[in-house]
Amino acid sequence: MFRRVLLVLAALCALTSPALAKDELVIAMNQAPGTMNPLISSMLAKSLVSNMTARPLTAYDVAWKNICMVCTDLPTIENGKARVVDLGDGKKGMALDIELKPLVWGDGVPVTAKDYAFTIEVGKNPVSGVASAEAYKRIVKFEIKDDLHFTMTVDRVTFDYNAIDLQIVPEHIEKPIFDANPAEYHNKTAYDTDPTNKGLYFGPFRITELVPGNRITLEANPTWIGEKPHFKRIVFKIIESTAALEANLLSSNVDYVVGELGMSLDQALAFEKRHKDKYVVIYKPALIYEHIDVKLDNPLLADRRVRQALLMAIDRKAMSEKLFEGKQPVADSGVSPLDPMYDPSGRKFAYDPGAAKKLLDEAGFSEIKNGVRQNAKGERFSIEITTTAGNRVREQVAQVIQSQLRQVGIELRIKAEPPRLFSDALNHRAFSGLAMYAWVSAPQSVPHSTLYSTEIPTEKNGWSGQNYPGYASPEMDKAMDSAERELDESKRRGYFADMQRIHAEDLPVLPLFFRVDPFVLPKQLKGVVPTGTLNSSTLWVEQWRWEE
Amino acid sequence: MGRTLSTRLIETVLTLVLMSIAVYLLIGLMPGDPINMMIAGDPKMTSEDATRLRALYEVDKPILQRYLAWAGQALQGNLGYSRSFSLPVMTVIWPRLLNTFELTGLSLLLSVAIALPLGIWAAARPRSTADYLINLFSFAGISTPPFWLALLAIWLFAVTLGWLPAGGTADLRPGTGFGTALLQKLRFAALPVLTLTVLQIGSFTRFMRGAMIETMRQDYIRTARAKGLSERGVILGHAFGNALVPVLTLLGLSFGGLFSGALITETMFAWPGMGKAIYQAILDNDYNLALVGLLIATFTTILGNLLADLAQAWVDPRVALQ
Repeated sequence: MFRRVLLVLAALCALTSPALAKDELVIAMNQAPGTMNPLISSMLAKSLVSNMTARPLTAYDVAWKNICMVCTDLPTIENGKARVVDLGDGKKGMALDIELKPLVWGDGVPVTAKDYAFTIEVGKNPVSGVASAEAYKRIVKFEIKDDLHFTMTVDRVTFDYNAIDLQIVPEHIEKPIFDANPAEYHNKTAYDTDPTNKGLYFGPFRITELVPGNRITLEANPTWIGEKPHFKRIVFKIIESTAALEANLLSSNVDYVVGELGMSLDQALAFEKRHKDKYVVIYKPALIYEHIDVKLDNPLLADRRVRQALLMAIDRKAMSEKLFEGKQPVADSGVSPLDPMYDPSGRKFAYDPGAAKKLLDEAGFSEIKNGVRQNAKGERFSIEITTTAGNRVREQVAQVIQSQLRQVGIELRIKAEPPRLFSDALNHRAFSGLAMYAWVSAPQSVPHSTLYSTEIPTEKNGWSGQNYPGYASPEMDKAMDSAERELDESKRRGYFADMQRIHAEDLPVLPLFFRVDPFVLPKQLKGVVPTGTLNSSTLWVEQWRWEE
Repeated sequence: MGRTLSTRLIETVLTLVLMSIAVYLLIGLMPGDPINMMIAGDPKMTSEDATRLRALYEVDKPILQRYLAWAGQALQGNLGYSRSFSLPVMTVIWPRLLNTFELTGLSLLLSVAIALPLGIWAAARPRSTADYLINLFSFAGISTPPFWLALLAIWLFAVTLGWLPAGGTADLRPGTGFGTALLQKLRFAALPVLTLTVLQIGSFTRFMRGAMIETMRQDYIRTARAKGLSERGVILGHAFGNALVPVLTLLGLSFGGLFSGALITETMFAWPGMGKAIYQAILDNDYNLALVGLLIATFTTILGNLLADLAQAWVDPRVALQ
């Protein structure tokens, strides 16, 4: 009996892992995508997969330059494919001429302008379930010239007119489903009911198996007209525990953990020290802006000198060096130093506790009682910082800030909440002092939704908008409006510099860091280039290869 | 017997209705709604988008009205859609239910198969070295944190020895033979099953040991021995059946866990089961999925209790079903 048991165990162990065949890549990520329909909901996990199976019209490349993915030429004023047009009533818009590459859906049906027209129709329909409809609503006119050419007119003149990250759905498959009942489209889309349908994909890979919440298998798409991918098969495994992610990598159960949704920075730093003989770690600063929102309605925080003092009392450089080995760059505002619109001459707040104390004195918090400052009314400078529970890095940062603020006489209470409670508190502006979290943006992004005065969530507007500090500055509104509308790059740079200057003066948000995505790559895996933007590295999957 | 069963059936239905109301209200009363979470993940969403989506997903309606609408549909066999998976709830739940049953069923079988003989062995030799060692092992199993044991198992069997996969489920491709498929499935199940088994053995062993020691003190055991029966005959023929009654209660209570999952073990081994699905559904405000998952867990717990009562009556005729 014992021998039999041993034989069975030996047989179990002898079975080779499927990860070993190298025309196949097994990759892991720590989040499961929901629906695979590219129009409904915005999730990083989904875009990591869908960037392998389809392409947006345009995207930012690794140098953060806007390039065509599905179109042949980027429409610009200079090449005459983009024009400022009169929309009537004194309004101006832009007409963009687009020529499509001759791409083909996996079932052999060509990708045409009709797919774009249908996608926009879905996006505009209020009951289709599309999460963000603004981009579709801005398209006021869509003219099909032939299968590969169309002109679309947008209702405003903005500098980023040709950054069109529009993903499409196949008209020949999705239109009958949508027409049957637009309100049920988000539940009945073929991306969920028939996700292995070849006709849903036109990228280098197509989905051949989808086990929700567990595994997604992709195989090379024979109808893809671009560069042939090196791998025949890619398997995505969903492993939510970061400790288990590392174990799976080390045991060769997976080949690679995607940098965008994989190990945390502290984990990658420790991993690199132990396993640098087999793995290369690339630390790519991303457009993920770690910051602290300041509740401006709080009387203790209403004075800008107080906010400046707070920032000067926090040693962000030392934190970056001690906690992140200098890999996470310090932020001066929401504009990354890697962004072409970054103004290097803008005001920076270096660690200066002496200056911070002076500013606090000037703001009326000069008396110190039991180590805590108080004003003439006897109000103690005691505030709360709320952040997401379970995020080890943020919890560490909060503790360091608490200790540094104590040195200048400010009492900071840390409140870590589960993400759903935290996001609810933010949406209802229910945090009392400070809130630490991150924003994700694109290159040359104008922070309209987070700093514009009309974006303050209130009961009256149904708690919508993301200006959680409650910041209202006519000067900042004007700078944002001007930056958004200015087509001339050098003039626009001036408006962006204005935005950074006003932000540094008012500090409605205390900038901390630009988060780094650590890409832990096995030495044999070549061609993976981190982008640092929302256009993930998987958009260039055909360049990935395995070299022993 | 028939009357007892029909009464229990009515009780079960009532409990499920009350549970569905309680769970729906509790999830609904928690701060935040699904749209808040969508806004947090998508800075491009505008106030109009939020209002439109709240109306589409009907989260702008009063919670009781939403529950009644769901209950009306559920009575017609439509349990709704999972918002996070964009699939009908049962399409999401079925494979997870089977995965969980595979994991917890195997570990329960193994735990019982190992724990009962260990408990009997220890009870037959109280305060012996073997008894102390078995007790030590049992307490270690009861008090070990599941995540730690899971990490240890992964580190030893997957990372260091490379014998078994660290997590996930078998990736079976078309054309895979039955034998190979079965072996692959067992291979992936081995570590999570081992973890759960070690965690469960302790309590079963302790229960069995305690019940056996208690039974061995009874007069009829003394009488059996006086009649000249062998010790093996006394233990297996007289003591074991009577000592089984309290153990059956514990087994009945464990029955609910067969379908409600083991959250930590499932998470550590990336095993797509019910525990993880319910937990994530609650965090994501996926009302329908959380509700149906919890109702299945409630139903199986009630069913487990009923089965335990029936089994007790069968093993011990003194236990009458009233």
